[in-house]
Amino acid sequence: MDRFLQLTVTGLSNGMIYALVALGFVIIYKSSDVINFAQGDLLLFGAYLAFAFVAQFGFHWTLGVVLTLVAAVVIGVIIESLVLRPLIGEPVISMIMVTIGLSSVLRAIVNAIWGPRPQSFPSFIPTQDIYIGSAVVGADRLIAIGVALAFLVVFTLFFRFTREGIAMRAIADDQQAALSMGISIKRVFALAWGIAAAAAAVGGIILANIVGVSGDISMLGLRVFPVVILGGLDSIPGAIIGGAIIGLLEAYTGGYVGQGLNLIVPFVVLVLVLMVRPYGLFGKEIIERV
Amino acid sequence: MNTHTPLLSVNNIEVIYNEVILVLKGLSLEVQTGQIVALLGANGAGKTTTLKAISGLLKPEDGKVTDGTIEFMGKPIHRLDAEEIVRRGVFQVMEGRRVFEHLTVEENLLAGAYTRRDRHAIPRDIERVYTYFPRLKELRRRRAGYLSGGEQQMLAIGRALMARPRLMLLDEPSLGLAPLLVREIFDIIQRINAQEGTTVLLVEQNARLALRVADYGYIMENGRIVLEGSPDVLQDNPDVKEFYLGLTEVGKRKSYRDVKHYKRRKRWLS
Repeated sequence: MDRFLQLTVTGLSNGMIYALVALGFVIIYKSSDVINFAQGDLLLFGAYLAFAFVAQFGFHWTLGVVLTLVAAVVIGVIIESLVLRPLIGEPVISMIMVTIGLSSVLRAIVNAIWGPRPQSFPSFIPTQDIYIGSAVVGADRLIAIGVALAFLVVFTLFFRFTREGIAMRAIADDQQAALSMGISIKRVFALAWGIAAAAAAVGGIILANIVGVSGDISMLGLRVFPVVILGGLDSIPGAIIGGAIIGLLEAYTGGYVGQGLNLIVPFVVLVLVLMVRPYGLFGKEIIERV
Repeated sequence: MNTHTPLLSVNNIEVIYNEVILVLKGLSLEVQTGQIVALLGANGAGKTTTLKAISGLLKPEDGKVTDGTIEFMGKPIHRLDAEEIVRRGVFQVMEGRRVFEHLTVEENLLAGAYTRRDRHAIPRDIERVYTYFPRLKELRRRRAGYLSGGEQQMLAIGRALMARPRLMLLDEPSLGLAPLLVREIFDIIQRINAQEGTTVLLVEQNARLALRVADYGYIMENGRIVLEGSPDVLQDNPDVKEFYLGLTEVGKRKSYRDVKHYKRRKRWLS
């Protein structure tokens, strides 16, 4: 039972990090139909930015986090306007290919600035053990879950109620009609990339607190594919629930069945989902009026 | 001739798609403030292209105004982005309703108000739209994709009202609707025109209906205007009767038997 609780907390905390990265993925896909293969590298970049601000420049962590978020938004917007915007109107496949290139470039930049060696991250999230009954869980894990959930709630509210949120969903629905409302597609795409980069950066900071910074953490971007496919490429609640499910599945298989297998399970799920429900658990159903 | 400037004047424009296909060949028309102006014509005459040229929606389709000018309130708008044109007060209700299917009715209305600066007035305007379309109020939380065709058309017009446009461009509001509903929609268009002072440029296949509500009409064919005048004048024109209203010269409904041996040549072609 204790083991179960520990695995659950670990799984959920990983799952929420997946959800944050998946959120960025969903936002970009929703507004522009582009599958962003560089999402994991945005997470990597965010983690290293926080590392630079907190460990290298010695800022207080609150300031460091704020600066990281601001920088992430700026980088997202720059990427959109420099790399993606010239391709608006080109086939979507070209834009998707460009994100693969972007992924390599981002990783190379990180490598060039901070070097390939893994470094320890000045964890500012408390790491002491917390006892729930007789189970021991890390406080950092619990906090990670809380912080990630808070961000996800904020983003969800943003999409539901704000003017820009509604504009983004309108564009996802019918780009030309959105244009006829005077909604600026350029602005919304830039915003989508900014938010995606910020969400990934939050995930990166949380992850870095737990495992430190290294080039490997961008691999998480790959593990996010099963999450978005499971939840539905265009659904924010789907990203959150998909993240939780995949995170838990990984933790349980790793804990009960055997280490190593947990790396495979998400992709088994991916294949199964694609066979049974290709649009995911919460993917947009196509509305047909009869 | 006219001393006061019209709200909209399209002067001799040429529109080319994909850099080769010439769709509008020197089209001119004017819309005076407060009027309902009908733009009629057969399929492929270029009516929708004309509206899109005005509202700036040609660009994403690789269309371009290559010659001539479009002036709104005396200022050229044919080089502006769609966004800016909406801000200046021109709003197009596109053909086929094009509501945002996954947004609720109310969110659709909010999307229409995207360019508004006076955010505080928006709740009041939503209520105003509901007074024109009480049915929408009952459906406000429903996703627009599940609305009937008529309800969607009401939503499309209501959404346009939210932008408080000076000029509303309506592209085939009767498309695919039952006759009774069409009548209702047209009544509301007239009411909006009278009560809100919104000027309307209306594209329609249903010439009879359009001429009934319009103050002035243009008939276009092959990318240019071939005939214009007040509805009375247009309705009396034998060619219009024949080709748009489906009546023979004696005023009887045309029978298919006559079609075969007698094909009238449109006079404006010669």
